[in-house]
Amino acid sequence: MANNAPNGTIRLEIFRYSPDKGEEPKFQTYEVPFREEWVVLDAINYIKDELDGTLTYRWSCRMGVCGSCGMMINGIPKLSCAAFLREYYPKPIRVEPLANFPVTRDLVIQLDDFIGKLKSIQPWIVRKDGEKPVSEGVYLQSPAEHARFKDFSMCINCMLCYSACPVYGLEKEFLGPAAIALAQRYNMDSRDQGRSQRQEVVASHEGIWQCTFIGECSAVCPKHVDPAAAIQQAKLSSTIDWFQEVLWPWGGKK
Amino acid sequence: MKPYIRPMPRDWWLQRLPYLSFMAREVSSIFVAAYVVVFMVMLSRISQGPEAYQAFLASLESSLAIFFHVVALAFALIHTLSWFSLTPKAMMLYIGENRVPSGLILGSHYVAWIAISAFVAWILLN
Amino acid sequence: MESHEYDVVIVGGGGAGLRAAIELGESFPKLRIAVVSKVYPMRSHTVAAEGGAAAVIKSNDSLENHCHDTVSGSDWLGDQDVIETFVKEAPDELIRMEHWGCPWSREPNGQVAVRPFGGMVIERTWFAADKTGFHMLHTLYQTALKFQSLKWYDEWFVTKLLVDNGRCQGVAAIELLTGQLHAILGKAVILCTGGAGRLFPFTTNGAIKTGDGMFLAYQAGVALKDMEFVQYHPTGLPGSGILITEAARGEGGILTNKDGYRYLQDYGLGPPEPFRKRAMELGPRDRLSQAFVQEEAKGRTISTPFGSAVYLDLRHLGEATINKKLPFVRELSKNYAGIDPVYKPIPVRPVIHYVMGGVDTDVEGATVVPGLYAAGECACISLNGANRLGSNSLTELLVFGRRAAHAAAQFAAENPALASEKLKAQASDEQERIASQFIRKQGGNERVATLRLELNRLMEAGAGIYRSGDGLQKACSGIAALKDRFRNVALDDRSLSYNTELISVLELEFLLDIGQSLLHSALCRTESRGSHQRTDHTARDDQKFLKHSMAYRTDAEPRIEYKDVVITRWPPKERVYGK
Ligand SMILES: Cc1cc2nc3c(=O)[nH]c(=O)nc-3n(C[C@H](O)[C@H](O)[C@H](O)COP(=O)(O)OP(=O)(O)OC[C@H]3O[C@@H](n4cnc5c(N)ncnc54)[C@H](O)[C@@H]3O)c2cc1C
Ligand code: SF4
Ligand code: FES
Repeated sequence: MANNAPNGTIRLEIFRYSPDKGEEPKFQTYEVPFREEWVVLDAINYIKDELDGTLTYRWSCRMGVCGSCGMMINGIPKLSCAAFLREYYPKPIRVEPLANFPVTRDLVIQLDDFIGKLKSIQPWIVRKDGEKPVSEGVYLQSPAEHARFKDFSMCINCMLCYSACPVYGLEKEFLGPAAIALAQRYNMDSRDQGRSQRQEVVASHEGIWQCTFIGECSAVCPKHVDPAAAIQQAKLSSTIDWFQEVLWPWGGKK
Repeated sequence: MKPYIRPMPRDWWLQRLPYLSFMAREVSSIFVAAYVVVFMVMLSRISQGPEAYQAFLASLESSLAIFFHVVALAFALIHTLSWFSLTPKAMMLYIGENRVPSGLILGSHYVAWIAISAFVAWILLN
Repeated sequence: MESHEYDVVIVGGGGAGLRAAIELGESFPKLRIAVVSKVYPMRSHTVAAEGGAAAVIKSNDSLENHCHDTVSGSDWLGDQDVIETFVKEAPDELIRMEHWGCPWSREPNGQVAVRPFGGMVIERTWFAADKTGFHMLHTLYQTALKFQSLKWYDEWFVTKLLVDNGRCQGVAAIELLTGQLHAILGKAVILCTGGAGRLFPFTTNGAIKTGDGMFLAYQAGVALKDMEFVQYHPTGLPGSGILITEAARGEGGILTNKDGYRYLQDYGLGPPEPFRKRAMELGPRDRLSQAFVQEEAKGRTISTPFGSAVYLDLRHLGEATINKKLPFVRELSKNYAGIDPVYKPIPVRPVIHYVMGGVDTDVEGATVVPGLYAAGECACISLNGANRLGSNSLTELLVFGRRAAHAAAQFAAENPALASEKLKAQASDEQERIASQFIRKQGGNERVATLRLELNRLMEAGAGIYRSGDGLQKACSGIAALKDRFRNVALDDRSLSYNTELISVLELEFLLDIGQSLLHSALCRTESRGSHQRTDHTARDDQKFLKHSMAYRTDAEPRIEYKDVVITRWPPKERVYGK
């Protein structure tokens, strides 16, 4: 069972950058009590509360669901509220802002790029004839139909996958894992009819075809969304689309 | 309020094992392609008649050529294995509510691979 | 002073704020709308809700049932006209969520599935596995992105309402990125800022739940209603306070003491067999949390490094059911308690969860200040009374988020003129206040974290599950002292860009004030009702207290007044469970 008395300390080396000062970033070292049950976020909160109120980072739910607290922990993108100190102790822990994003300050990154991309894939249910009246009740959906998109709907927008993706690192135009997974979440939803509309963005040069299938997005995803699978699935269906258009052009568009 | 943009290090692919193995997969395709070229040459030699083919075979006996084949085989294996390991992602199959486990998809690929290879070997050896 | 003009300004991007935004985008596309949120909307704490959202949908249920459950759950302190409206509109709201793509869990025939929840006589809680709030929030956010009339102010922190000539006409807000304060003007303002669980040390609430909207309205002269009613959820993980949803009990989980005995039967919730709704583990939360304290006093709880606990046992449900219906419960207890509920019972203890009180509004979400509306957990529309029923509040966000949006849109249409210059001047004053009080301040030696911790401890000691006159009195003087000390607070961080310490100090300022309103309301209510249990006044007193407490802010201590509860069809009776 966890022990709540501190035994020993652990060292955190934290990336610091202050835009007001306009200096180059540096690493700052803090010594914090080591507790079995603490996650990296607890240690960082301890620093903020007790040692240095200027340390800047995002967090809220501390239960792995709000998606705010992603950081590079020893070089790997993780939710800091789900990374236990005990996995690193007694070695020091190096904490940096998520890779591949511009840094606002310390551990805070800018995610407007993602918000724009999210919007561009039209992440909402599209009905050709509009939504049916409430009086007609719900759209039926079997558990099997639900299962087709369930994993993709689990994305918490934590950005760990973007941070693990070298393609995104090199090519900021790339739509990226989470946005494509969310597009696929709607495409695969039996209630949705908007796939052809989304294809324009998803199947564009900046979309799925940028992906070289490294697969790290899925490896780091804390919610098992499997964005790599979403991308491959989208590639497959876009290829089928293409064949249908070329080999059977008179078949008309769906 | 300038954000700090971290440059992507040139050796990014050396920094983590998964990236390195991705690079190995990419590099492997060069060897696979090179082998395909050799293979095409062989086919064209065959079409030119038995002498051309014999000469071609002789040219493969150099230690360099053997070395090339060993390396190409290794990379072809890397290539195949790494692609196979990704197949469960590309093929999201379902039975009712449950996704077919990746082990099963992977396993059936290997089974199919071995079966086909055995079949080809059987034809060649006969 | 930079300023921006809108028709309606929504403060908050949680469930309530986003539902309001969609309503405005959809039904009033000509209006210009601002959605101001201190975090990106999908980080709002609605994301953490697990169990589900209640609405009558099945043929074996009735609106009457849902009303009655809610009335008695509220210990008759809910306004019955509000409850009736809520129950009637709830099903349509959840159906709309379905149309927008919310992945509700389904029956094999494709209909939505429902599960039992505490205090409800029949199963009527819609759920998306055990991540209902997460799915609702993301569905709402993604749907809201469709509307062009919505302008998103993500990571902007509202510090003050701008009120001129008695009418609320906008907000002063800091853009976190730059540290600049802007005036965001609107003909109507809707507060959807969520609860205030962070008043307490041990809570299921995320860091952002600091009661900001409650303070903003309180400061503008609106009463905070029924603040003394705070819900303890019976099953939080000791130490972290992470919630194990009531759905775990809805699916059949049981609570046992250190001897493996289902102790709830000793507290008027039994008998344990046969399995029934509205009994035992599916009793209301106030009763369950109170039973825990009594069990603890009898020495029949287990002890953990983080205080005593009882067991929540799910083992008999089996791995398949747990994986299908409660996957998040399994993940959370494995990660944060090191216990796999398939094989071992989970230690749990009561944890602060929900603030029933809040900004006093009518059934349209309107406050007494013209142009100011509130919805969601920050509002006290008087649906929940003295004890909220689990799964009513996610639905509440939708029903009353939509209603407030309607009322605000109408108000905006009828009240065109904005006193822009005066409002901007107010915002400038606010900027100056913040700068001089915190950023440029010389001297001071109190740390934000220290004061916050002391406030937390004081609230827990004075206003826990059981309260006493003496204890409350002590806490009231304690909080006054803390407010004095707050004047001496000094920040480490004096920079403009993304100053989170500044945000924390402002949140602390808000918490001190609303904490005070809570303590004083609790002190004045000399009866026991729902979640407010007084050891020195153990009975419910309908003669004197079938009334809402109304706390008004003054320069000194809050002034407490009372307002009648609306009773329509269900006259007060004894609350009976277990039968
Ligand atoms: C762990 C947990 C589980 C729960 N489970 C259930 C359940 O199963 N069923 C149920 O019915 N209820 C449940 N509840 C209760 C329910 O989830 C909440 O009451 C509800 O989500 C509150 O929603 P909201 O929209 O009012 O506020 P929130 O979702 O908290 O959103 C508040 C918004 O206001 C913004 N904001 C706040 N202050 C400011 C400011 N100063 N400036 C700018 N923006 C600001 C925030 O950025 C945020 O966007 C649960 C609660 C918790 C904590
Ligand atoms: S796909 Fe996974 S890693 Fe990427 S943002 Fe979503 S939850 Fe995070
Ligand atoms: S704090 Fe919410 S995901 Fe970590």
